[in-house]
Amino acid sequence: MSTPVLRVRDLRTYFVTERGGGTARAVDGVSFDLYPGETLGIVGESGSGKTVTSLSLLRLVPEPPGHVLPGSFIEFEGRSVLELSPKELRAIRGAQMAMIFQEPTASLNPVFTVGAQVAEAAIIHQRLSRRAARARAIEMLALVGIPDPETRADAYPHQLSGGMLQRVMIAMALVCHPKVLIADEPTTALDVTIQAQILELLDRLQDELGMGVVLITHDLGIVAGTADRVLVMYAGQVVETATTRELFARPLHPYTEGLLASVPRLDAPRRRLHTIPGQVPPATAWPTGCRFHPRCPHAWEKCASEEPPLLAGGEEPGHLTRCWLQTEPGRRKAQ
Amino acid sequence: MNEALVVVENLEKRFSGSQGLLGLGRRPPVRAVNGVSFEIPAGSTLGLVGESGCGKTTVGRAILRLIEPDGGRVIVDGVDVRAQGPAELRALRRRMQIVFQDPYGSLNPRMTVRRALAEPLAIHGLATGAERERRIASLLEEVGLDRRLADSYPHELSGGQRQRVGIARALSVEPKFLVLDEPVSALDVSVQAQVLNLLADLQERRHLTYLFIAHDLAVVQHIADEITVMYLGRVVEMAPAAELYEAPRHPYTAALLSAVPVPDPGAQRERIVLTGEVPSPTNPPSGCPFHPRCPHPRKDERCRTEAPALRAVAPAHVAACHFAEDPI
Repeated sequence: MSTPVLRVRDLRTYFVTERGGGTARAVDGVSFDLYPGETLGIVGESGSGKTVTSLSLLRLVPEPPGHVLPGSFIEFEGRSVLELSPKELRAIRGAQMAMIFQEPTASLNPVFTVGAQVAEAAIIHQRLSRRAARARAIEMLALVGIPDPETRADAYPHQLSGGMLQRVMIAMALVCHPKVLIADEPTTALDVTIQAQILELLDRLQDELGMGVVLITHDLGIVAGTADRVLVMYAGQVVETATTRELFARPLHPYTEGLLASVPRLDAPRRRLHTIPGQVPPATAWPTGCRFHPRCPHAWEKCASEEPPLLAGGEEPGHLTRCWLQTEPGRRKAQ
Repeated sequence: MNEALVVVENLEKRFSGSQGLLGLGRRPPVRAVNGVSFEIPAGSTLGLVGESGCGKTTVGRAILRLIEPDGGRVIVDGVDVRAQGPAELRALRRRMQIVFQDPYGSLNPRMTVRRALAEPLAIHGLATGAERERRIASLLEEVGLDRRLADSYPHELSGGQRQRVGIARALSVEPKFLVLDEPVSALDVSVQAQVLNLLADLQERRHLTYLFIAHDLAVVQHIADEITVMYLGRVVEMAPAAELYEAPRHPYTAALLSAVPVPDPGAQRERIVLTGEVPSPTNPPSGCPFHPRCPHPRKDERCRTEAPALRAVAPAHVAACHFAEDPI
């Protein structure tokens, strides 16, 4: 395999909470590689740390209250992102590593036309003239499937639908042909038929541009349909990682198993849904030992006291699970 | 099948066009709900699905007269809802309640859980003193909340706990009919499963009738006995849940179903990706309102000019498509 375009090692992003609530360890030791042309799905529930992970990659975490701990390491194309000067960082953001968010309306400026906003990145990063940048913006709007792009370029955000705005966001993110696209719940706010359009668009553009995509989502169905590999996050940590096919065929971590079993499925007979008891603990007070142990049906004494490392398992190399069952499979209870 | 507890006939709701600044930019009225009819047998669940702007939320609110319908008939538990005066309507609200998507927006932030549950009991004069306390405790237990949470404020609760409070509040007046408007859309997957199971248990125990409104077809298919699909204010298809999934007759239903991501990477599915977006309800297309996006290979001039009527295509199965006998 080629060299990763993005390497993350032991990323820790903490927040000092107000009112002396303590330190929220939102991201607590996350590592992964992203290869060119690959889609890495990061899946987890609210509070798992997936969004803070994505913001940390571009150093978009507000400091204070947040800070990335020393010892964390993010490498983009061989350069250490955490050691870049503000100027160097600006040169990378938007040009080589771009991001799209869940709510396009919150990310677009209401008083500029969408064409001007797409062109802006090309003017800043590629030093195009206004005229050339506008032509480039129109080209991008056409690429993301906006009908009549020359007219739409002069529209203001409020004149476009949610699906169209998300296309504009994608055009904006891709105008400089980034090597890495970080997509944080890009379709969560959209209707299901529009979601299908956007996912297909991202897939096509990734093929054409060969970029690596980090796709953050809570939707296991989207991960199954688009990701090559998956990271499952819980309580600020990666609890399981594998290729998509392997993860869905042989989930090893009880949290992954629980998540898969709790989704109502169109393609399966109706049954009572599996539930994971309790809820995600607050980031200021992760449980000791395995952070999932209070909710785990298999947990024993060791799980409450000793934190498991990522252990190899399954049938493919690279399938890792943060679970002591890997060392003592006999402890698994029949369900 | 049980007798219908809820009957909706030709429900209409128009929203008048906005006047615009200084009377400029006046917009025509929107027919948000356009001749919607269905029945819900007592003790069963009707799922109402469609994309944003299709009118599904308006239907739920118009049935309860949280917004006034402009036409049609609504019968709940034998009572003609639209014929009731204000006092009678308030009394009728004991029998029909609603649970909203965002419990954070529907609970008063300054009221403890106990007060939020005591209020409807007081309004309807159902219980006072020790009896009221006993009822609150039993409601909390029924929705799976720790009794100690009674003194908490909404911001101290998780999303799942708040939704349980919303459900307990709706149940406090012992209704027969609940409108559930996207009740699990804001919740995480594992919590969503808890609330869906709770709703199924409550229905069985209390013999409740549900109108379950949602955009997530997998969730609706899971909980509903029958499903109604809406598009631009109209019903385009209605069938028993299993049949709708197995054999959709309307191309819009087929496209909706095929667009739902399935958590199985090996799933070989034929995706029908619709082109274009939902047209504006202020200016719906001529003929079949779905024709500009319709992927049906037999789409023809008739679709552009003649609106298809909702008609029976199988027992208990209706669809509004000229080609319902030849589905894609």
